[in-house]
Amino acid sequence: MKSDFKSKIFNFIVYFTLGLTVLICILPFLHIMAISLSDNSAVMSQKVSLFPIGFNIKAYIEVFSDQTMMDSLGFTALMTLLVAVIGLLITIALAYPLSRKSLKGRKIFMYLILFTFYFNAGIIPNYINIQELGLFNSIWVLILPVVLSPFNMILMKNYIQTAIPESLEESAKLDGCSEVGFLIRIVLPLSKPILATIALFFAVGRWNGFQDALYYIQSKPLYPLQLKLFYLVSAAQSTESFSAEGMATAFTPEVVRAASIMFATIPILIVYPFLQKYFVKGALLGSIKE
Amino acid sequence: MNRVRTNPGTTKNKNVFYYLKRDWMLYLLLVIPMIFLYLFFYRPMYGLTVAFKDYSITRGINESPWVGLSVFKEIFGMKDFYRAFRNTLGLNLLDLITGFPAPIILALLLNEVRVKWFKKTSQTLLYLPYFISWVIIGSIMYQLFSPQTGLVNILIRSMGGATVPFLTENWHWVVTYNLVGLWHSAGWGTIIYLAAMSGINPELYEAAIVDGAGRLRRIWHVTLPGIKSTIIVLLIINVGRITGFSFERGYNMMNPLVMSVADNLSIFVYNLGLRALRFNVATAVGLFQSVVGFILVMITNYAANKAGEQGIT
Repeated sequence: MKSDFKSKIFNFIVYFTLGLTVLICILPFLHIMAISLSDNSAVMSQKVSLFPIGFNIKAYIEVFSDQTMMDSLGFTALMTLLVAVIGLLITIALAYPLSRKSLKGRKIFMYLILFTFYFNAGIIPNYINIQELGLFNSIWVLILPVVLSPFNMILMKNYIQTAIPESLEESAKLDGCSEVGFLIRIVLPLSKPILATIALFFAVGRWNGFQDALYYIQSKPLYPLQLKLFYLVSAAQSTESFSAEGMATAFTPEVVRAASIMFATIPILIVYPFLQKYFVKGALLGSIKE
Repeated sequence: MNRVRTNPGTTKNKNVFYYLKRDWMLYLLLVIPMIFLYLFFYRPMYGLTVAFKDYSITRGINESPWVGLSVFKEIFGMKDFYRAFRNTLGLNLLDLITGFPAPIILALLLNEVRVKWFKKTSQTLLYLPYFISWVIIGSIMYQLFSPQTGLVNILIRSMGGATVPFLTENWHWVVTYNLVGLWHSAGWGTIIYLAAMSGINPELYEAAIVDGAGRLRRIWHVTLPGIKSTIIVLLIINVGRITGFSFERGYNMMNPLVMSVADNLSIFVYNLGLRALRFNVATAVGLFQSVVGFILVMITNYAANKAGEQGIT
């Protein structure tokens, strides 16, 4: 009976701690969502916490009728799609040959790639490089440098090595299947979980990142959504809380800011649950060491 | 191409052309990724020479004269450099201390959950913050913690407490910075440990039960040893990142009032290089940062190998 009691306490601690952590993970979103759906005056008088007060969707209508916002959304979506597709192709072309243990020079290729994982030239050499390549202020600067990811390559390579039995390759070869034929007909169909995982990583990385755009992009039509959002929120924050009074009215109202945040987050929230079952499996097998 | 591979023992004396001919398709696949690797990872390395030159944009790298180590002398004489370096190490060390064990603990807890829907739901929601951009996290943080309009402070005041300067006082900011980082990545970090735990042989647990081990003892004697190698690999990776710094995280979380603790090498390099256009000084700081990080990875890896553990290589 004593051990039964102990087990109950143990269970209580496990479920309670996890439940609390999960709440902490989602409450901030609920707060922003509540603000975005509330009446501006209720927000200004600081009444809104987790539920909307004076429910309305005016802020969203304002965001959706802002043409520059919609353009930025379209541009970012296109960019994200390109990065995911090109990134997948590059990762496959890199990971498959390097997963073949018989490939001569495989180790050298691996060292060349792993080294970049631990040593980066840094902001300025990268900046000069981009300028010399003539990519400055073009959409390609936001795509080409990010489609090769050593991390994703390692995930994919490990996945192929653990999930696809070598006997499959031998029998395919006996049936007259070439390396590329084997890759296309056998390896890729069996790699759906890891392909979905990697596509998600590429897409989320591009959707969320704004550092490169901050460095390399100057013309406004090429601003990704996150950079636009950055200017929107940082302008408002620095005036409201870190400098003198006033001014705040000149900037976007808080409800519209909250709606913009939701606007940029909702695409991820929509895609995420569908891909989650894949990336858990993909990450499980991909992270197993050779 | 429909030839069966000979076994490795007999291919020892074959020359390069034999392999090129046999695996030409594989090498062909590697060509384009290698071009990308060169263009965006190795080609910039040449730009590191800027750290040893009197660089000007109009002259370009080749035409700028060498100046030896004078640029490094300049940065080691800068007070702000030491501040940025100290803050980078300090903030990262704090991240390591809290952020490294947190996913392990969460994964151990998740591993003990027997109710399937609870486990699945918690996992889904725990991973979520990792997919949110720093721009958005920064603005949510502001909405929650700012002194006047932040929700947390409103709640504290309504319960009779005094306003807490989460974002405006140095030490409060450091703690907030750390906790927000934890919020962002602790849940996601569990995925790799859960993977390692799923690989533990169930018989080990059964044997432990037969020996009368309770659940805590099973965690201590079976689960933890089972994920030891994963823990060590991740520790090496994390130690290597101690001089690195997420620019986006720092840039979105800092504010002018806490610069003395928030300024870090990534921000420092950005301000010095791309805003003040002092390219050679910024390159030198970046190089210093990369080299120290690389040395730390090598040392940790070496130590792990010495201790009889498989490191990263």
